[in-house]
Amino acid sequence: MIRDLTEALGGFLRTFGALQLFFMRLLAESPRVLMRPRLVSKQIFNTGALSLVLIMVCGFFVGAVIGLQGFSNLSTFASEDLLGFLSAMALIKEMGPVITALLFAGRAGTALASEIGLMRTTDQLSAMEMMAIDPVVRVAVPRFLGGALSMPFLVAIFTSVGILGAYVVGVPLMGVDSGAFWAQMQDGVAPADVYEGIIKSIVFGVAASLIAVWEGYNAIPTAEGVGRATTRTVVITAVTVLIFDFMITAVAIS
Amino acid sequence: MDSENIIEIEELHYARGARPIFSGLNLAVKRGEVTAIMGPSGTGKTTLLRLITGQLVPDRGRICVDGDWLSELNRSGLYDMRRKIGMLFQNGALLTDMNVFENVAFPLREHFDLPRRLIRHLVLTKLHAVGLRGAANMQPAELSGGMARRVALARAMATDPSILIYDEPFVGLDPISMGVIVRLVRRMNDALNISSIVVSHDVQEISSVADRSYLISDGKVAASGSPDELTNAPSDLVRQFMHGMADGPVPFHFPAPDYASQLLGSNKGDKS
Repeated sequence: MIRDLTEALGGFLRTFGALQLFFMRLLAESPRVLMRPRLVSKQIFNTGALSLVLIMVCGFFVGAVIGLQGFSNLSTFASEDLLGFLSAMALIKEMGPVITALLFAGRAGTALASEIGLMRTTDQLSAMEMMAIDPVVRVAVPRFLGGALSMPFLVAIFTSVGILGAYVVGVPLMGVDSGAFWAQMQDGVAPADVYEGIIKSIVFGVAASLIAVWEGYNAIPTAEGVGRATTRTVVITAVTVLIFDFMITAVAIS
Repeated sequence: MDSENIIEIEELHYARGARPIFSGLNLAVKRGEVTAIMGPSGTGKTTLLRLITGQLVPDRGRICVDGDWLSELNRSGLYDMRRKIGMLFQNGALLTDMNVFENVAFPLREHFDLPRRLIRHLVLTKLHAVGLRGAANMQPAELSGGMARRVALARAMATDPSILIYDEPFVGLDPISMGVIVRLVRRMNDALNISSIVVSHDVQEISSVADRSYLISDGKVAASGSPDELTNAPSDLVRQFMHGMADGPVPFHFPAPDYASQLLGSNKGDKS
């Protein structure tokens, strides 16, 4: 049993080390790829623009639920005017970055992993290598950059639509004063809160894109292997995002 | 290295896990010739191609491609060496998010800063050579297996390599498509004055086009020579392979316990 544990730990450390090296390569090759903006813009469209409807619909309903729950609980203490502040803080600091990252993993991350995995399975990556074209530069880096650059914008859109959802539920439906809703938000949300949300969105974007590209690039070249890579993308991204969320929140609070 | 040879392999050893694939393989590909590499399934023919192209690293031995010893090349040196090689994969390996024209233009756009008109001219020339100029706007998913391989051949030729490598080019093709590919292998080799390596186990087709053949078995070259020499070779293994005999040195049955005792014994450990 101890031998199994040692082997498992060794395997994890090897994979983790290889992931770090892969990340370094992606970063090192990024400036070269950014010089070809069409490669990156196509991926921003695929990962970002095509996720917009999902992000906006989910953002609206998450905001609406925060509006309902917030009003229900705040009204117990006759503090329903704080609904704007509460929903903004919840969305900017936590719900926006975390839920967007989880949705990103399910929508764009799986698409990235399966696309790259299928390219591996059908020898497209080997064909590129044989044409003396580095698949890391031509395939992995543009997709990584597309995902990482899209995420902060997706988070901003999710959060904005979420606040709108909270407003629609809180003000016209529940009768919270519109002026109080916006004034409390303006009064209570500090730039540091927004910075925290921005930092989270950047970190989650890099992590989610890295995991998706890594899993696809290293998928076992079979149908089962690609399926497994897709599943692992969602699971590992979810766990990683939640761990990073705790770490960044702890640092921000301390 | 002999200047007559464009590829030389010396004492190649390669194992996958504990299973040895090559154990002391020696092989040479002469300039300007079509060289066939044949062997039963599982002998490592595709692995050999991946070793020649530097996608795999041998455990021991040396490989020289057009004057470059692969073991002495770094990543960029390896990529420079690969620019001398065009490779046709078994399934074509066309990039599925591009149409036929874009696939053939892909290596030209990645390696050279050429005007659009020139790229168009070059791509249409290559597609014309494989008879698919009319399919330039089709998507890879719309192509038959034979057409996909011809497009892949046009793409492999796009940068005018000095070596063309074909991995199982005849598998799964109808007789017409197979005939087209067979003729293209020979015609491209002679018209472009290049060297070709064809990995295949389609004995008749490959014999009709190759100048020299190597038969690989048990990790070594079991026989080599012109197709006629191999067809008339006295070796049992060569005769079995060239004449497609079901049993011989390569047994029909995969190693198994005694038939009668397995039928009469318990089914312990039998997953079926």
